Amino acid sequence: MSAHDHQQQQLKQQQQQMRVNDIHDEEEEEEEEEEEEENEQLQGEYAGEDYYGSDVSNDSGTESMPWIAWFCSLGGHQYFAEVADDFVEDDFNLTGLNSIVPFYKEALEMILDLEPEEDSTKVPDVSIVEASAEQLYGLIHQRFIVTRQGLQQMADKYQAGHFGSCPRTYCQSTNVVPCGRYDLPGVETVKLYCPNCQDIYSPPSSRFHNLDGAYFGTTFAHMLFHIYPELVPNIPNKIYAPAIYGFKISEYSRCGPRMQWLRNKQDPNLLDVTGKLIKDDENAK
Amino acid sequence: MEADKQPTSYYIDRRIDGWTDEWTCSQLQGVHHESALANPIVQPSFVAFENLCISPRYLCSVLTMEDYTSGSDSDYTKYWIDWFLGSKGNEYFCEVDEDYILDRFNLTGLNTEVQYYSQALDLITDNLDETLDEEMRDIVEKSARHLYGLIHARFIITTHGLTKMLEKFKKCDFGRCPRVLCHSHPLLPVALSDIPYTKSVKLFCCRCEDIYNPKSTRHASIDGAYFGCSFPHMLFQVYPQLVPPKSTDRYVPRIFGFKLHDVAKQHRYQDMVREESHARIMAGIEGLPSGPTAPASSSAKEQQLKNKAEGSPSVASESGAMADIN
Ligand SMILES: [Zn+2]
Ligand SMILES: [Zn+2]
Repeated sequence: MSAHDHQQQQLKQQQQQMRVNDIHDEEEEEEEEEEEEENEQLQGEYAGEDYYGSDVSNDSGTESMPWIAWFCSLGGHQYFAEVADDFVEDDFNLTGLNSIVPFYKEALEMILDLEPEEDSTKVPDVSIVEASAEQLYGLIHQRFIVTRQGLQQMADKYQAGHFGSCPRTYCQSTNVVPCGRYDLPGVETVKLYCPNCQDIYSPPSSRFHNLDGAYFGTTFAHMLFHIYPELVPNIPNKIYAPAIYGFKISEYSRCGPRMQWLRNKQDPNLLDVTGKLIKDDENAK
Repeated sequence: MEADKQPTSYYIDRRIDGWTDEWTCSQLQGVHHESALANPIVQPSFVAFENLCISPRYLCSVLTMEDYTSGSDSDYTKYWIDWFLGSKGNEYFCEVDEDYILDRFNLTGLNTEVQYYSQALDLITDNLDETLDEEMRDIVEKSARHLYGLIHARFIITTHGLTKMLEKFKKCDFGRCPRVLCHSHPLLPVALSDIPYTKSVKLFCCRCEDIYNPKSTRHASIDGAYFGCSFPHMLFQVYPQLVPPKSTDRYVPRIFGFKLHDVAKQHRYQDMVREESHARIMAGIEGLPSGPTAPASSSAKEQQLKNKAEGSPSVASESGAMADIN
């Protein structure tokens, strides 16, 4: 037991160190982030440099913390729901993942806080298993969040504003949800889907620019609004009209508007299958 | 904070910080004069100024270092604008030409907009009497920032101003479009109202032609009136070559690989709107003086018919697939 605890702690510290390094790199890259980091660091809990080391200081509390809860509590993991243990324990839900994730068995043991088996000590570096565990958790997460239980958790997180809001001015800070454009890992990082403009955006903070979009998948965002249509906001449709000295720029101008169709939203109930306004048809007759 | 303790080094410290960033930035990105030279609208005198606008910064810092070491404060008040531009959160602003500010004609009407107008103007032009008490100085400081913003809005739609903002645009000083399908296209600041204290600044993307909120709260609280509603569109009128080719790419939501029925309908509607407007524009450009409305409506109808013909078969196959979901 004590050996296990020791290993766990070692793992956590290693990962925390990795994370801290990541954060320092990001800060150098993107100045704008500084402000956000500062703000968050000022908010009590995360003080000073030990942003990710915060749970080292109160080790006694987190020692008993399950891996999944600990993983979701890390900075930059705010988008994740906590996958239920019984979902992970059901082999059926993990079908096919063993061929995608390296050190699958060790990673799964880590996620479930199971004692590693004797021969698994061959693993060259604990950080490799950490990375595998993250990927495995992400891919299980992709499947979990389209279940009834997962959707409910994510709907609560959505309403609590855990995913941020749409950067588009006319969306009036509609809450967004994380999504991927690919279901396979390693292709693209996570994006944010806005149910009002039905478009996708890059997360504003660079800490999410390393998060794989596959951990959320292509289906989840749309499933969420399909099951919970009341979450879709009702915001009047507005299209930006460029103007100079108050005069709208004519579409005949060389640099006149060409993209207004993109934000031209129409109630689907008023459209026939070909996309024509039903009213138009009646007038024509 | 620090400013209260060391009033003489206040501007100096801030200025050096700001300068270093900008300098390294322009060093890394390179400064592009080619387009300015190639564009007939830009007068040669401006290009000369444009070159100067980097070198004085270098000179400034040398001067300030001297000031700092010698403890002399004779020169530091010259650089209110440099201090302002170097302050955190003011990255969107460009340096307004001194000549522009000194020409009172350009400031017409601003005296009624700004409290303590003449002191504020003196502060901007570094002619302010030093005898003001701290409280008064804060008020004038605030007025000066407001006045600078309002002058800035007028300046950036002049030839010089547009070119200065163009450089900042090329350096992506205003950030990049958050929309995934715009592939990080650089943004430009824009207002939704020219009246001060009404709306904060927004960012215009010329690729998707939409406006976004700045990421940082510092930028999101800047008054839009300091940039004006016309600025980005004026820039593209003057530099139409900067307008990127428009893309018809669109995000298509899917559930387990299937398109959503309602979204597909909306997309067909959008395609129709786009094709109609395209037809209208083509017809309009051909016969512009005779009035574009008549040919436009007929061609739009043709387009609609064409759409219907093309749209129907694909619709049938898709709605079949969607039966599982709806
Ligand atoms: Zn939106
Ligand atoms: Zn854009």
